[in-house]
Amino acid sequence: MASSSDIREKLRKKRRALQETLTKSKNEDDVQALVPSTKLSEEKRQTTMQEPVGSEEDPGETLKRTIRAQRQRRKKRLLEQTLVQESHDDDVEEISTIQPDGAEEGSAEKADDSVISLRSQTGSQKGLSSRAQQTPSAQSQSIDDFVKRRLEERLRAARSKGESLQQQEASFEPASRLQGLRDRDTVTRFDREVDPDRSGRHDASPALSTRAKLRETARRIGKGLPNAEEAYNFFTFNFEPDPPDGSERSSVKRRKQRKTADRDEDRGDEAEEQEEAEADEENEEENENQSEEAPLVQNEEEDLFVIDQSPQDFLEVKKAVYIGYQNHIQRESEHLFTPSFRTVPTSVKLPENMKPRYLEDEGLYVGERPHVSLTNENILENRILKMEEGMKWFGDDGRIMALPDPIKESSTRPPLFHMEEDVDPSLQTVYRKALKSKYANLYIAGAADPEGDYQLDVDVSGLIFSHHPLFSREHVLGARLAQLYDQYLTRQHNNLTGHLTDKLNGLRSALRNMLEIHGGQSLTQAMQQRFSEYSLEIRTTRQLRDSEQEKDRTLLKNIVKVWKEIKALREFQKFSNTPYKLYLRRENVDRASDEREHEDEILAEVVELEAESEEDYQKKLAEYNKQLEEWKLWRRKQKAKKKKKKKKKKGQTHEDTEDEDQEASESEGPVEEGPPKPEPPERLDFDSIEQQVREKASRIRRKPGEAILIPELSASGNITASELCPRSETARRQDVARRSLFIKILYNDKEVSRTDSRSLNTDFRVHFGQIFNLKIVHCPQSINLQVFEEIGSSCSLLARVFVPVPEPSVVTGNVPVEEYEFSSNQRVMFDHEGVGSDVPLSFEADGSNKQTLLTSGKLSCCVSWGIGEDDVPLAPPVSQQPGGIHSGLGRLDAVTYIGASGLYDMKKIGEWATQSRLDPNDPKNASIMQLLKVASSGEVTAPEYFRLEHLQEEFNFVTDEELERSKRFRLLRLRNQEVAEFRNYKCVPALEREVTDKVFQEYEKRLKEGEIIDTKEHLDSHRALVAKYLQKIRESVINRFLLAKHHYILSDLVIEEEIPSIGILGLNLFKLAEPKRPLKPQRKERKKVTAQNLSDGDIKLLINIIRAFDIPIRRPQSNKPGQVPQSAIQSSDWFLNQVQVRPFVEVSFQRTVLQTTTADGPNPCWNEELQLPFSAPNGDYSNASLQSVKDEVFINIFDEVVHETGVNDKDRGKSIHSWVEKHWLGSVKIPFSTIYSQSRIDGTFKVNTPAVLLGYSKERSHGANGGYDFMRSLSEGTFITLFITMEPQLVPGETIREKFDSQEDEHLLQASERFEREAAQGYPDRPCVSTVIDLNGKTVFITRFIRPLNPPQEFLDAFPNNPRKPRSALVARFVSLIPSLPDRVSFSGACDLWSTCDQFLTLLAGDEEEHAVLLCNYFLSMGKKAWLIIGTAIPEGPTAYVLTYEQSRYLIWNPSSGQYYGQYDTFCPLQTIGCLVNADNVWFNIQEYTTPMRLSLDVTKANLWKPFFSRSFSHPGLSSVQPEELVYRRTDKAAAAELQDRIEKILKEKIMEWRPRHPTRWNRYCTTTLKQFLPKLEMSRGQDVTEGHRHELQSLLGENRISGFPLHLPFSEIRPIVEAVYSTGVHSVQASNVEFALAVYVHPYPNNVLSVWVYLASLVRT
Amino acid sequence: MATSNPSVFLLTVNGQIEGANFPEYDDLYCKYCFVYGHDWAPTTGLEEGITQITRKNSQSSHRLIWNFPLETTFKSTNPSGWPQLVVSVYGPDVFGNDVVRGYGATHVPFTPGQHTRTIPMFVPEPTWRLQKFTGWLLGRRPEYTDPKVVAQGEGREVTRVRSQGFVTVSFHILTKDMKKMGYDIGPSSPANSASVTSGWSTEEQQ
Repeated sequence: MASSSDIREKLRKKRRALQETLTKSKNEDDVQALVPSTKLSEEKRQTTMQEPVGSEEDPGETLKRTIRAQRQRRKKRLLEQTLVQESHDDDVEEISTIQPDGAEEGSAEKADDSVISLRSQTGSQKGLSSRAQQTPSAQSQSIDDFVKRRLEERLRAARSKGESLQQQEASFEPASRLQGLRDRDTVTRFDREVDPDRSGRHDASPALSTRAKLRETARRIGKGLPNAEEAYNFFTFNFEPDPPDGSERSSVKRRKQRKTADRDEDRGDEAEEQEEAEADEENEEENENQSEEAPLVQNEEEDLFVIDQSPQDFLEVKKAVYIGYQNHIQRESEHLFTPSFRTVPTSVKLPENMKPRYLEDEGLYVGERPHVSLTNENILENRILKMEEGMKWFGDDGRIMALPDPIKESSTRPPLFHMEEDVDPSLQTVYRKALKSKYANLYIAGAADPEGDYQLDVDVSGLIFSHHPLFSREHVLGARLAQLYDQYLTRQHNNLTGHLTDKLNGLRSALRNMLEIHGGQSLTQAMQQRFSEYSLEIRTTRQLRDSEQEKDRTLLKNIVKVWKEIKALREFQKFSNTPYKLYLRRENVDRASDEREHEDEILAEVVELEAESEEDYQKKLAEYNKQLEEWKLWRRKQKAKKKKKKKKKKGQTHEDTEDEDQEASESEGPVEEGPPKPEPPERLDFDSIEQQVREKASRIRRKPGEAILIPELSASGNITASELCPRSETARRQDVARRSLFIKILYNDKEVSRTDSRSLNTDFRVHFGQIFNLKIVHCPQSINLQVFEEIGSSCSLLARVFVPVPEPSVVTGNVPVEEYEFSSNQRVMFDHEGVGSDVPLSFEADGSNKQTLLTSGKLSCCVSWGIGEDDVPLAPPVSQQPGGIHSGLGRLDAVTYIGASGLYDMKKIGEWATQSRLDPNDPKNASIMQLLKVASSGEVTAPEYFRLEHLQEEFNFVTDEELERSKRFRLLRLRNQEVAEFRNYKCVPALEREVTDKVFQEYEKRLKEGEIIDTKEHLDSHRALVAKYLQKIRESVINRFLLAKHHYILSDLVIEEEIPSIGILGLNLFKLAEPKRPLKPQRKERKKVTAQNLSDGDIKLLINIIRAFDIPIRRPQSNKPGQVPQSAIQSSDWFLNQVQVRPFVEVSFQRTVLQTTTADGPNPCWNEELQLPFSAPNGDYSNASLQSVKDEVFINIFDEVVHETGVNDKDRGKSIHSWVEKHWLGSVKIPFSTIYSQSRIDGTFKVNTPAVLLGYSKERSHGANGGYDFMRSLSEGTFITLFITMEPQLVPGETIREKFDSQEDEHLLQASERFEREAAQGYPDRPCVSTVIDLNGKTVFITRFIRPLNPPQEFLDAFPNNPRKPRSALVARFVSLIPSLPDRVSFSGACDLWSTCDQFLTLLAGDEEEHAVLLCNYFLSMGKKAWLIIGTAIPEGPTAYVLTYEQSRYLIWNPSSGQYYGQYDTFCPLQTIGCLVNADNVWFNIQEYTTPMRLSLDVTKANLWKPFFSRSFSHPGLSSVQPEELVYRRTDKAAAAELQDRIEKILKEKIMEWRPRHPTRWNRYCTTTLKQFLPKLEMSRGQDVTEGHRHELQSLLGENRISGFPLHLPFSEIRPIVEAVYSTGVHSVQASNVEFALAVYVHPYPNNVLSVWVYLASLVRT
Repeated sequence: MATSNPSVFLLTVNGQIEGANFPEYDDLYCKYCFVYGHDWAPTTGLEEGITQITRKNSQSSHRLIWNFPLETTFKSTNPSGWPQLVVSVYGPDVFGNDVVRGYGATHVPFTPGQHTRTIPMFVPEPTWRLQKFTGWLLGRRPEYTDPKVVAQGEGREVTRVRSQGFVTVSFHILTKDMKKMGYDIGPSSPANSASVTSGWSTEEQQ
């Protein structure tokens, strides 16, 4: 970037050059005529844009070449002066690309501009400029002239634009600067166009910063201050604070300055005036673009000079434009008008020389003007006055004309109040949504139309009882008689017998004719066929006629019989109830003819029968002959066979032929049972046939010559008056009289009408005779008549009669009254003559032949459609009625409709159709025939099977195969099943092809690997098996929980406040009085966070390390093994001077390691808080995921040892090198799952110190003073006080309270639920368990788990002569060696599964409960008094311990560590005892305190321990779920040894891996030495380590400084061992001459329980 | 840009929580969130939000106006788990405690175009009368553990609720590529199908 001085110089040069060129061009181009140019300019001034473009195009083109040549020349010359800077060039390029946009925008603004593309533009400009160059002097005049005027004009305009334009200018300033740097080609007026695009693209900030300066310049220029020199000076000052803009700014200014300078040259004294215009020129560029001719001139002028200038020439210097505030206001005031609110004097408002005239004063009415505040009125007046013709708004009085106030003072509308209660009820709007009636679709179409009204006429004429409870016996008989008579009448009417007789006669004669015609010979096949058909027909007809005749006869007999009964009854009871009378009319017949007829008939029949029987006989005979033939054939064969056999046998033996034959026949007989010999058919005897016929005739026909009896029933008999009847009959009659009946008419199950109530007649008929016209709108669905019987005021429903909805053709007038039978099954009994209903009744004297009669009767009514005025039936259209049978079938049955036909038994229909001889030509039968034709053509095959969902296929989404094959569907299905791999799988691809096989790989691998055991990870095949097994259980449990998760209870969904008890309320009140800032603040519960919206880094683990006790202290280096440092020997100054130990705590979690400062002494106090970040696996912060985090927090205590070595350097003198070593002293590890479930852990923990700590010793009781030391002596070891929590506090996963199925007794379960609930209510913080879930997911009562079980025999044999103690310790150790695996880790849900001891020993992994149960059972079998403690401990939380009672003191055993504590031990980790369990009972702690120290552990005291089984609910004798005996596998020493080697190898590799930058040397000698120690340690169980061990080591290793320790772990997997080794940090020793020693020892216990020892040491040669 | 064979379809939900009608309450604010299935992922826009507190106009209408804009785009591969809008309304009670005034949910309409939904709101009822009283007194009414509960059917049978006012939400729905994926939503004329293939289908279906 050029400095300002450079620029100045260049400018000067350029000016000179410019002058030269100008004069040169003048000289050169003077030849050009002046006229055209002036003309042009004038043209330009006046014509539109289009014209200049057109006119300029031609000269432009012609001149272009010459100009180019010129330019070349000039350029050459200018080149030396030109200094094109890279950055500027870049800018030019950038802008030039943008330019077309500007051009286009410009063209968009004006329609005429469309011709102008960028190229033509430049072309034309070239032309212009060259032309201008040719006529500079002449043009300059005109230009000057013109420009002057223009500028003056513009100045005015520009001023008005004011500030806004300045801003605009500022925004396009960066563009304009380029003009100065650019070739003339690119300099177009479009550069200056206001281009939002461009300005937006340029950084706004430089524009802004330049703005202020511009304003400043503008102000000065506006004042007309600067002349050329001034401007020059101004711009050569380097006042730019920001270099990036500097060049831009200066370039802009220089260009302008140059322009002014040019003009100075050209115009001389006009310059000053120009100068003024110059200031606004930029603002006006925009105007230029809009006004047509001006820009051309302007450009012409500019381009004229631009062409020949090097970029430096354009560095025009211009004053920054700034308009001062006053100026600003002044400008604004030109455009803005603020009406004042002063009163306008009246004189102004009135025309001149007029006095205001007040109409009011003149007595005219002036309405009250609307109220306008005075200020507003003044403002308005002022405003109006400014307007043209403002005067017309003023009236004569000098005020604004106004109409009188239109607003009435009092409101014409009642006031509306919106307060809800104030709403006038009469004004309240009640909005009711329009409801669509569900009956809407039931309306008959068009029912709403007036002409479309439909009328249903229901005519209820009456009813007759065929039986009524009040019938007397006579009535019953009478009714029967009437019924029979009715039957008789109908039969007579139908005269079936007559018809059949006629038919028979006809058939007979036809047959006879046939026989006669053909003479019985040469019957054709067809004739024979017909003949047989006829005879068949005759036979059936005759049979039918016979049966009919028989019926007639029996009916007649019955009538007579019933009548006789009636008569007998009337005689017996001495009164008559019914008016029936039967007459038998005799009709005499001509005896002779009758007899002849009879005989003929019999003969004909006999003949026929004979013929039939003959035929039959022939048939049978033929059959017989056939059979006989067969039989004979067979017979012959048999004989032939026999003969053969006989011959054979004869050939063999002669003696016992007979026997053999017999045997043979015997043996053959049953084998070949031949067809039996057929019986010849019997020929029927003709006499017997005739006999039969005659018998039959006498039975079913009247005897020849006998008179025909015609019964006639009349009701003309008189009924005995009531007075003459016995009392019971009178009572009955009275009862009858009391009854009345009415009928309700229900249409579509709605009562529409009812008849009048009519009393029951003595003949049990009721006549209604009422017609109901129902005008209907709904489709008729049912018409129901209900018969009600009324006795007094009560009425009862007797029967319902359903009347079919009539066809539309059924109209009133042409319908007969129909009788509908009804009956009722009500049971009615009377104590009078009435027979009752549903009561057995007999007419026989002996009471036999009982009948049961039900109330029944006939209702005669008719339902028909009404007829309108013009005989139009008022019935709905037919279309709503169902069609014919078959179309109806199709419609009713969706199955046939869909096409699943063949479900109906077509065959049967076919059979029926052929049998019934349907006339195929009858149109009525057409549909059936059609159906049959279709059906029979395809040999209807009804499916042989029955399908439940025969439409399933239609609705199947895809076929099953496709569903199986599709990967996408599979994925979706697996996700839906919540398979572990696919649970919460996001975004299943939409397309099949996008589902990769990779997705399933893992899942399939898991499925496949179910059986394969991976020994690599587990080192031990048994463990691997167990792991698989555990995995399986886990899966099943998870599935169970997934199911359970879908069962909700209220508290899952709704958060609700508990009902506060009085106590809580009281506490809350008490809290109000609490001090706001207590002196000893308590830890408050923090708000819990659901772990959903968390991400990595949100959760922190806060570990507050407070203090530690009894840290081992350093032992002074001593090479003499014999000298044992005793505290007693140490002098007091040693105690003071010697630093015993400098411990610090290092916490490592998820490979993040933090440490505290170093403290001094064996009882340090750190009180430091460490924050460790926590990240969940895969960033999944769901409860289930967090629960299964297996990471552990390792809290290691180290000793910081500083070694100093003095080094003598020759150059610098003496210097001391010191390096820091850390020595591991012990560790505490706390699983994350514990912290998560506990949410905080607070307490003092025993530090897990190695059995031997080389170089350290326990030094205590330096001053055996005070009780504290005494207390401490009770517990051996180091302790550390910690507080651990999480930030933010997470809500632990909720427990599953799914009710599991159980085999326990229901009472027991209820009792246990009650027990637990009461416990939870009374003592919410005490855990109480009475039922647990076993591995099968069943609820089991807890006491079932307790049962004495044998420990491994070798433990019992261990110390045959020692007392119990060591043995129990050994057993406890064994139990503690079984690895612990919290359930919530393995089962990922907060559930607690209890496994039995054998399961536990098989799985070799379990929770504290399993350990405790096993230990408790062992103790019990060893004859101890032992209980299971359910309580809470630190750090485990709710857990199980074991309590034993021996030697009159209670011992508390921690089953996971094998440690035991006395009841009064301070450091016992057990904090709360909730309940005690043994095999017989559960006791819940109802004492005041929960800590073991303050408890009485005597469970017999009922006021301290609440038993589950008490006297009220005794122990039901629950059997144990544990096995009788535990079977132990022998220890496998070889496997242990192998494992030992493998662990050692892995550990060594790991240590080398952890030391990537240092060589790791192993001291073999030391290793072997260490290896020898380990079995000893195992034997002594890590205790009673002899001092000798260390000395031995020391003596062995001589001058090496050794630090090391053995680690002891139960074995489960390799990972925890590696972690433990890593956490000790032995590998981190940096010293160059360090050597390591590592020894591993695996001690096998029965059942594959392994104890692993790792001895680690580092040696530094001193 | 629109590819010829897309693997996801997009659903753009614009609109606003217009207001509510709670005749008895005032000074309410509204929280909203979208609940959607596994196959859905929001691409832009806010999934949850909280409106300003609004107060009824003292004179005319009883409506509470929030006019809170919703603008979210989802992409999905599967219409199962179609997004639902869950709104919950809160406001102070007599004692000034912030209590819940209603929960409600509605499915985002699936036809493109403009839709207005009026969501009936409800609140869980206290189990007992006494709880109702204490809840009223202490300002601790029963609340759902998670407002998203109202978008699922599972486990609702254990709750009892009381209905409470309405919230009106307007939606402007745009979908993209649904048709290409084979999901046909509503009738569409051939003229529309051209625009469907070209990109966003915005035709109004109402």
